[in-house]
Amino acid sequence: MSTVTKHVLVAGGGVAGMEAAGALAELGHRVTLIEKDQKPGGHLKQWHALFPDRRPADEVRKYLSRRIDNRNIKLFTGVSVEKVKKQGHDLHIELSDGSALTADAAIIATGFDLFDARRKEEYGYGIYDNVITSAELEDMFNAGRITTADGRKPSRIGLVHCVGSRDEKVNNNHCSKVCCVTAVKQAVEIRQKLPSCEVFCFYMDMRMYGPYYEELYRESQEVHNVNYIRGKVSEASANINNRLVIKVEDTLAGRPLRMELDMLVLMVGMEMSQAGTRLAEASALGMGINRFLETGDHHYGNNLGHVKGLFYAGTCTAPMNITDTISHARAAVTETVRYLTTR
Amino acid sequence: MKLEGKKRVWAEYQKEIPDDHFFYVRSCIRQTFFAGSEQTFLKIMRDDLGKDVYEDPRHTTCTGIGYHGDVVPFETIQTVVARHFALATEAGYKNIAISCVTSFGIYTEILETWKHFPETLEKTRENLFRATGRVFDLPVSISHASDIIYKFRDEIARKAKYNLVDVSSGKPLKAVEHIGCHYAKMFPKHGIGGAEFPHVLVGMIESWGGDVIDYPERRHCCGFGFRQYLVQANRGYSLSASRKKFESLEPYRPDFIVANCPGCAMFMDRWQYTLKELDGITYGSNETGIPTLTYEEMAGLILGYDPWEMGMQYHNVQSLGLLKKMGIKADPAKRFLTKDGSRLPEPANLLNS
Repeated sequence: MSTVTKHVLVAGGGVAGMEAAGALAELGHRVTLIEKDQKPGGHLKQWHALFPDRRPADEVRKYLSRRIDNRNIKLFTGVSVEKVKKQGHDLHIELSDGSALTADAAIIATGFDLFDARRKEEYGYGIYDNVITSAELEDMFNAGRITTADGRKPSRIGLVHCVGSRDEKVNNNHCSKVCCVTAVKQAVEIRQKLPSCEVFCFYMDMRMYGPYYEELYRESQEVHNVNYIRGKVSEASANINNRLVIKVEDTLAGRPLRMELDMLVLMVGMEMSQAGTRLAEASALGMGINRFLETGDHHYGNNLGHVKGLFYAGTCTAPMNITDTISHARAAVTETVRYLTTR
Repeated sequence: MKLEGKKRVWAEYQKEIPDDHFFYVRSCIRQTFFAGSEQTFLKIMRDDLGKDVYEDPRHTTCTGIGYHGDVVPFETIQTVVARHFALATEAGYKNIAISCVTSFGIYTEILETWKHFPETLEKTRENLFRATGRVFDLPVSISHASDIIYKFRDEIARKAKYNLVDVSSGKPLKAVEHIGCHYAKMFPKHGIGGAEFPHVLVGMIESWGGDVIDYPERRHCCGFGFRQYLVQANRGYSLSASRKKFESLEPYRPDFIVANCPGCAMFMDRWQYTLKELDGITYGSNETGIPTLTYEEMAGLILGYDPWEMGMQYHNVQSLGLLKKMGIKADPAKRFLTKDGSRLPEPANLLNS
């Protein structure tokens, strides 16, 4: 345990911020945790179950809540960090409510925003009743009801991968990494909750990079009969019965396909959060071509910022899953403690 | 469907359309197939709206069909368009009003090319000067003629003699709007309402009392597609594309189709006859065809223009039923008579005649 007590600011009370704050507090440091929402937890607050094992998201939420249940942590919600500036040995931090504070070090964990699906106009999100996002499907899982806008039980659902990711048209070349496996997880959940509902996933590649992801993908086909069609959906519209009609190219069969659906779920990707972007611009932190925070070194300095005493944790640097986010936050704490003890 | 969602998209794709002083460039095929539509546009602009619209008889084809058919090189078409700009410059006009969607796409493509690759602009200036001795200024604005009618749609509504309403029931007429692919699919920012949910014709229809049908194949190509149609062996593609659209829109029982593109208006009209001959199918109510209008004709009807003076009788699918629904008294016997009573040639095989 560290013997030197310092004050560290953690900007962002999502998975990375909560883990980092907890780890720092455990080491005896005084932590100010700033969260822009009214409650900490980030996007995890909305999620019903997690891939690959479909464990309830609540289990991880509870773990993180316990993590920040520490008297060394002061949590402020409904306020965001707007600017960080080096001032002598300290960092001067400005908050959105006009207040300011100083800290010995800071960890930026401002996370990501989900891609605004309205920008992919061809899918008609916000226009056609039953085009929803993956996050909204989690809301349905939480509510225990998967229904169309007019309350019907869907008999066919399509899931579109890579919405807002790997897409030059919306200026996002990056892969959001978690959408493929989220789609597989959600497809399985739909099949389990609505056994008579057909599920089709429309994908570019299946990027099953994490442990047990490939197994889940296989299970989804062998056990749950989820259908996978390699091809991008080019457009969605509604027919006279208000069913969705999609056009997609089946690139394996080598032919175009038209299909009627009751619901279309858009697997929205990750983008640098607006709050993080504001902070980065005001503090001249530097962003990469993917518009996430640019780290000190791509391989061995992935938690380092370009300002001494400022460290990065989690998805403010790039898309990552919860497992990697927690590991990244712990690494940021290691770098922070090393800085505090050696400066 | 959530109209609010569409309104949000429409709000994002608005463009500045000048109020007056246009250099009008005509369409090659419209002057052949719908000559009355361009005259109607000029009449509306000059007589009803009091606008200054200038035409130069030296204006030529933009060569767009040749360009898309791979027989006119890009350098050549840039020089041809530069010559059009030179004519506008010489006449003192900075706002180009374009009748044809193909030309509109060509103009926007060339202007975007010049913007991103300035060396191509310099090369084009050099080519034009060497060939003709002309110089040109870049236009301040590029509008499709439908953009301009869209801009003045409320003013036209205030002068309306008729509305897009069934006078017997008081219900709005149901309209299918079809936008030419080259209007906004290449450069959504240049089209009112963008590429996915264009507002340019929707705005007119709604301002004039009609309802718009949003059907699954709304965005699909009409079937013109230069190489599909111009290469005779490919015409099956053209026809099948049109049939796909008709089959998709048929369940909504539209009263009429309106298009803002020369090829679209022509093919959605004439292929109805062809499909009837080939398949024995018509797509309107009671085994009739669906009248296909140009937006100028639609505006002209609203303003009380004589449909026969606008040349509507030269569509394959006749509009008599539509006119009756709108309460427009147009004598069918006068369809093929000139003003002085001489007989005009009467096309064979008209639908709804």
